[in-house]
Amino acid sequence: MAAIDVKGLEKTYQVGFWRKRSKCALRPLHLTVAEGEIFGFLGPNGAGKTTTLKLLMGLVFPTAGTAQILGMEINDPQMKAQIGFLPEQPYFYDYLTASELLEYYAQLSGVAAGERRRKVIEVLGRVGLQNTATMQLRKFSKGMLQRVGIAQAILHDPKVLFLDEPMSGLDPMGRREVRDLMAELKQRGKTIFFSTHILSDAESLCDRVAIIHLGELRGVGAVEDLTSTVEGKSEIVWHGSAVPSSLRSLTAEIHLMGDTVRALVREGNQDAAIDALRQEGLRIISVTPVRTSLEDYFMRKLKPSEVADGVRS
Amino acid sequence: MSTRIANIASNTFREAVRDRVLYNLIAFALLMSGAAILVGQISIGIERLVVVNLGLTAVSLFGVVIAIFIGIGLVSKEIEKRTLYTVLARPVQRWEFIVGKFFGLAGTLVVNTFFMAIGVFAALFYVSRGFQRADGWLFIALYFIVLEFLIITALALLFSSFSSPLLSAVFAFSLFVIGSFAEDLRGFAAMAQGGLRWLATGVAYLVPNFSSLNVISSVAHRQPVTAQLIFSNSVYALVYTGMALCGAVLIFERRNLK
Repeated sequence: MAAIDVKGLEKTYQVGFWRKRSKCALRPLHLTVAEGEIFGFLGPNGAGKTTTLKLLMGLVFPTAGTAQILGMEINDPQMKAQIGFLPEQPYFYDYLTASELLEYYAQLSGVAAGERRRKVIEVLGRVGLQNTATMQLRKFSKGMLQRVGIAQAILHDPKVLFLDEPMSGLDPMGRREVRDLMAELKQRGKTIFFSTHILSDAESLCDRVAIIHLGELRGVGAVEDLTSTVEGKSEIVWHGSAVPSSLRSLTAEIHLMGDTVRALVREGNQDAAIDALRQEGLRIISVTPVRTSLEDYFMRKLKPSEVADGVRS
Repeated sequence: MSTRIANIASNTFREAVRDRVLYNLIAFALLMSGAAILVGQISIGIERLVVVNLGLTAVSLFGVVIAIFIGIGLVSKEIEKRTLYTVLARPVQRWEFIVGKFFGLAGTLVVNTFFMAIGVFAALFYVSRGFQRADGWLFIALYFIVLEFLIITALALLFSSFSSPLLSAVFAFSLFVIGSFAEDLRGFAAMAQGGLRWLATGVAYLVPNFSSLNVISSVAHRQPVTAQLIFSNSVYALVYTGMALCGAVLIFERRNLK
């Protein structure tokens, strides 16, 4: 059974006061996320990531299509007891302390009364807020609120986590901690669906990613498949500062970096370029086929010409 | 009542307390002590009448202001600040949220009224040098005031479920004013002719009948309140509150939280 199964989910808003016009926030989206997977939902600002998450959380209603989480409908309370959600830039009841807020959420999630206190203390420790448990949230910084947000999402030990920009507002150390937490949750068999526009986070964490732009799914696949594509170029690095004249016609780009030179050559010219360097007696440090990075893939999928291909992929 | 409704209600009550809503009791205490001292000096023989009228009217007005100004933000503020997202992403149904919010504010108003009632009785004791049997009717007047709060809270929630806080405040306050003259409106409808009669009758029965819930003047004059009025007002207030809450739930169940 898929953890998340989205079938043709679509959202169109009516905007304007007098003259109503339709604004499509999400075109029919088909997506399946397997159990135990970390799934990255990537896209630039305004792409439709948050709309998708709001649809899955039942905060907005779809114009068409359906979605199931853990085999249950999106408004099924039984399903909601098994999911955790971190909204983008979360804001909480600021008159409560961190531990009061988490206790309240634990009550709403149906955590047994005897378990609540222990779970709250445990989860505050996991996000590094054990020393500020009794401080009112109105005194919290943006990064601390983000940590509270993560704490409330994992508090009731959900099977599936939906995180909207989980690294937002965190310092490098905080981001590292969240990455480690996500990896740990995956090891414990949790499914994580998270939206981000920080591609390095997605590349290091995700099993699969989907790219969305202008409300349209542009591509979906396993990170290693998307980044294993060889671009038909090799990168040759050698020691020295000289570039043999015979090499200039063979290379696409040359970069001088201190006492090393980095050159990009077409795959067909690779042997000739290596021979030219040997003839000049230069010491070759490495020859590496150039692979597509997630960023390259992402940028390519945002181009208008890729629309048709992207939807099919 | 489900546990989740009780949890939401208790959190709403806690919010009101922490946002210093109950500080109005200080203003009320000052008003009542000032009135009691002043009345004793300037009025002869009608101290009780003045204290009961002033005290109960103040209880009603303080509560109405709290009901409207907190009630209008109960849903819209949660949407605006997005605190609602993490609540509705849990096994909480939208109707439970509305009902929980209602009970939370209603509870706050009951507690507030309880302390204000102590103030009224204290002032009454001060000016009358004791209590009389007729003072018991004050409890009925206070009960009717609480019924009035229930209706206003439900209406404020209803408006809050679909409009901005400012518009909700205007709607709720307008209904409170019109509802306070509901009996006069019914009288006018009875005298009117043709289409105006239909319109006036429709409006008179649509707006909440707060004038029927106002027995302050009667109890100030030591007039008893009939059991029939207590029963009919109780049923009326509960039905009206229930309908307003159902309206709020119906609207909120369909609302997109953008």
